[in-house]
Order: sequence, then structure tokens, then C-alpha cells
Amino acid sequence: MTTTSDSPGATPPAADGDAEDIILSTEGITKRFGAVVALRGVDMHLRRGEVLGLVGDNGAGKSTFVKIVTGFQRQDAGRIFVEREEVNFHSVTDARRAGIETVYQDLALVPQLTVYENLFLNRELTGLGRLGWLSRPKMRRLATEYLHDIRVSVPDIDAEVELLSGGQRQAIAVARATRQNAKILLLDEPLAAMGAKESTLIIDLVKDLSKNRGVSMIVIDHNYTHLFELCDRLNVIQQGRVTVDTRVADTSVEDLTELMVAEYRRQVREGQALLQA
Amino acid sequence: MRLVQRREATVVIVTIGVVIYFAIRTSTFYSVANLITMAQYTSSIAIIGSGEVLLLVLAEIDLSAGQMYLTAPWIVYLLWADGVPIGWAIVVSLACSVVVGLINGFVTVWLGVPSLIVTLGTNYALFGLVLVESNAIQQNMPGTTGEFGILFGVGSWSVGLWALGIGVVIWVLLKQTRFGTHVTATGGNTLAAAEAGIPVRRVKVWCFMIIAVAAGMSGILDSIRIASLNPGNSGLDIVLPGIVAAVIGGTALTGGRGTVLGTLIGAIFLGVLEDGFNLIGVSANWFFLVEGVVILLAMAVNTQLGSLAARTRR
Ligand SMILES: Nc1ncnc2c1ncn2[C@@H]1O[C@H](COP(=O)(O)OP(=O)(O)OP(=O)(O)O)[C@@H](O)[C@H]1O
Ligand SMILES: [Mg+2]
Repeated sequence: MTTTSDSPGATPPAADGDAEDIILSTEGITKRFGAVVALRGVDMHLRRGEVLGLVGDNGAGKSTFVKIVTGFQRQDAGRIFVEREEVNFHSVTDARRAGIETVYQDLALVPQLTVYENLFLNRELTGLGRLGWLSRPKMRRLATEYLHDIRVSVPDIDAEVELLSGGQRQAIAVARATRQNAKILLLDEPLAAMGAKESTLIIDLVKDLSKNRGVSMIVIDHNYTHLFELCDRLNVIQQGRVTVDTRVADTSVEDLTELMVAEYRRQVREGQALLQA
Repeated sequence: MRLVQRREATVVIVTIGVVIYFAIRTSTFYSVANLITMAQYTSSIAIIGSGEVLLLVLAEIDLSAGQMYLTAPWIVYLLWADGVPIGWAIVVSLACSVVVGLINGFVTVWLGVPSLIVTLGTNYALFGLVLVESNAIQQNMPGTTGEFGILFGVGSWSVGLWALGIGVVIWVLLKQTRFGTHVTATGGNTLAAAEAGIPVRRVKVWCFMIIAVAAGMSGILDSIRIASLNPGNSGLDIVLPGIVAAVIGGTALTGGRGTVLGTLIGAIFLGVLEDGFNLIGVSANWFFLVEGVVILLAMAVNTQLGSLAARTRR
């Protein structure tokens, strides 16, 4: 186990692995929104085929990090590498081309569009050349097949998403991302609104993608049970920085909580020292 | 239940109602001459209303489309008076309409000014431009002769067919193309659309350009039909019926939902109402009273049916 709280911003990459198999890494990602500093130098790495869990309090900066890696927002400073190559995403489309898919915390669904239209949002299948004529029957069929394959049940593929429950919407959002055969999946609280049965379904789907298709993933969740079940490794984000980097096998909920509390204490001491100085 | 779930249900029912009423009350309602009159009156409402559907789906609005309708034929006239052939004058005029749409869209999207205000500004700016350039003097519209004239407005069914054609194009654009899905997504949940990588601002600017060019075309056609240009007409009197047609047709002002079919029927409704009042010789003053009451009723029914449909679908 490594904790990096003594030297923030210095996560040693691949401490126990071969440097070659790192699929995604970031260096010193910084982002501020006016007076709020959301990220203050995030160094993170994700190995090929690995499931990395991100934990941290509300407002710690987890979603901001995801939105930067997926090209939706632009970092103020810092660098992103995909398969060791530096990338510069100017849009979500750039990140998709690099093989990165995202389930956003807000789900990014359009209530007035149907289930299948949402599954194909901005990836609509079209015919008739550049006219952009929608191939609705084909989209409908592929959507039905895919949802059936991953055992997600929705009342009606033609139902507007507005009429679905929170958990069903979440399943659609996850299905949209997993359908793409992405190399890297970013899942921002994919289980938040789900009941036990649906959670199990999504957890199994994610495990299957990881084990059988070698998809690398970053999963954000506030539920330690989920994280310990899903992840190979955990990173804790506190105050916009990675403070703990540990393999799941090397830790427990108690250990992790203790480390987080220690970091709070350290921050408080630092604050007091600053005040006294 | 299926019929009631459709957003166009209300407008279809009230339109059938007024058609039956006027068909019984008058003997000339179904005469060909009267149908032509109605088609001509309805044309601009249908074209501008269809364009407004795109903007209403985006939760935007274009109040300048009526003045664009009035300005485009003036541009044609001024170019023609300077010796430009009529066909080219129309092309340039439509290109100018696109630029006006571009300005509306650009200011709305990149400067973040609400489109209600932006397009009100454009409306008055265009009105002023027409008054200045025309010296507030009426003119005769060129291009009214020969086959050209017949095609572009003079033929009995010309403007009606143009309206139908433009309406169908916008209908297909919204319902059957990738662009239309992106319009709905942008209006329904802008953040979600952006997170999916849809260029939401570009989508909006495109829609402002589409309505501007459609309105400009409608104005050119109507001016050729009536062969005259009046600089004093008010654009708001022309755009508002289009918006009314869209709204009674079942298009929401809140974005994400719109129906071109409903709008076309809404335009027919307004046309039938105006024409019917003329035929039975009731003062035009009644027209506005009835129109106002119908808008209120239709909106009330639409809202109620909307929630009823949502309940029954579950
Ligand atoms: N678009 C924005 N504009 C202004 N501030 C923002 C924006 N996005 C995020 N923030 C701020 O950045 C900080 C980090 O937010 P973020 O959403 O990344 O937290 P999080 O770790 O995902 O929290 P949660 O667990 O609640 O989802 C917060 O203080 C938040 O208010
Ligand atoms: Mg978050």
C-alpha cells in the first residue's frame, strides 16, 4: 500500500507493475471554477484491464476529473496520456475516438427522446449518404438486442425516457457507454439510484467487461461494498488531490477510513500552522 | 387512447369543428375560389410557424421572422431596381436572410442574450432598414409576370404549395434526420446533449438560419403574389400568428417537444377562422376575440391531455 499524503502530487506510476501496461494516466491536472479550486494537481494512472475505484467526499472533485478526462471540460493545467501518448481533447468526440466512454453522474439522457434514441445519442445510424436520414428500424433492433443481451429490461424501447424510473434511466446510461466497445470506461456513480437487483446486474456487466473483454475502468462510488467487490485498486480524492492509492487486496474499509481521517487531521494541522505563521 | 396521446389531437378537433361550422353557415366555403383564398392566407403562417417549431423545440424563439418576411422582398426590389435580374435578386435576398439568422443565432448563443430580446432587436432594426431604404414609399413588386410569376406566387396554388413543401421539409428535418434528433436533444436537455458531444451552439445557430431563410422566401412569394410592397407593415403582426399556430398545434414553449404537423393544422385553423368570419360577414373585430379565446382553450386542453396521456402510458 502506498499513501501519498506526505508528498501530494507524486503518485509513483506502476509501483508494482510493468510500466508498459498503463493505458491512461494524468499528470498534475488542475481545475478551478472562479474561486473554487476543484482539482489541485491530480496524478493518476490506470492499468490495462484494471478497475480503479475513486472515493471521496461530495465536492472532492471526482466528477470534475472525469469530465476533464472525457474531453467535456478543459483542465487549467496538467497533462493526459492514453497508452503513453499525450492527448489533447477538445471535445467529447475526441475522447471517444481515443476509446474513452463515459457514464456521467447526471446520466446525460434526454427525457423527450425514446430509449433507443438515447442509446444512440450523437451516434445515430443514418442512411441516404450525407442527408442524415435516420435508420430507425435498425437502431430500434440493435438497441433491443443489446439491452436483451445485457439483461436490462425496459418497458418499451419506444418509451420516452421521461417515463422511466431512476434506476432504469441509469441502466440506459450505462448501456449506452458499454455498448461502444470502448478501451476505457469512466463510470461516475453508475449505481447511485439503483435497487439491489439492478445494482447486481450492472456490477455483473462491469465485471464481465473487465474480465472477458479487458476493458479498463474508473468507477466512482460512495458505497464501499460495491467498490470492494468491483475494483482492483482504490484512489481516494480529498480536496482535489489523490491522497491514498492502494490495492483493494491490501486494505479494508477500516484502514481506508483511518487513512482518510488521518489526512483530514493533517489538513487541519496544516491549516492551523498556516494561521499561526 | 392512441389518438388522444397525440399532441396534434386538440388542434385537429377544433379545426374540424370550425370547418363544419362554416361549411353549414355559408354556401361558398367549399368553393375553389375560397379554398385558394384560404391557402394564400395560411401560407405565411404555416411557413413561419414551421420554422418557429424548430426554435420552440430548442426553447428559443424568433420574433424577427415576420420582419424578415417583409424585408426580404424589399431587398429583391432594391437589387432589381439597380438592374440585377430578378432570379439573382432573390438568391441574394435569401443569402441576406441567412446572415440575419446567423446574427440572431450568434448573439443568442455566444453572447448569451435571450433570443426573445435579440430577435425583438433584429425585428426593429430590419423595420428601420426598410423604412430608410424605401423612404417609406410603397413600390410595385417585380417578377410578377410570366411563368416565373406563376411559379413564385401568382399561380392560384403557388404559395399554398410552397408552404406545404417548406412545411414538409422542416417536418422531415425534425423527425427523420440526425440533425432533428440533435435539435430535440439540445432543447430537451442541453447539458446532456453537450455531454454526448452534440455541438449545441452550432445546432441553435443553424435553426435561426433556417427560419430566417424560410420567412424570407415566404415574404418574397407573397409580395410577388400581391405585386406590391408596403414599408409600413409590422413584422410582429406576421410572426405572432405563426407562433400561435405552433403553440395551438401542440408545440411546447418549454423546449424538447414540437410538431410541424400540428403547426400546419394550426395555420389552417387560423386561415379557416379568418376566412369564415369574412364569409359570414361578421366584423373582423370578432376574429381577434375568438382567436384569443381559442388559444386559451386549446392551451388548457393541451395541458390537460398532456398529463392525461402521461398517466395512461404508465
Ligand atoms: N461547472 C462548475 N461550475 C462551478 N463550480 C463547479 C462546477 N463543477 C464543479 N464545481 C465545483 O467543483 C467542486 C468539485 O465538484 P465535483 O462535482 O467534481 O465533486 P464530486 O467529487 O464529483 O462530488 P459528488 O460526490 O457530490 O459527486 C465542487 O466544489 C463544485 O461545486
Ligand atoms: Mg460527482
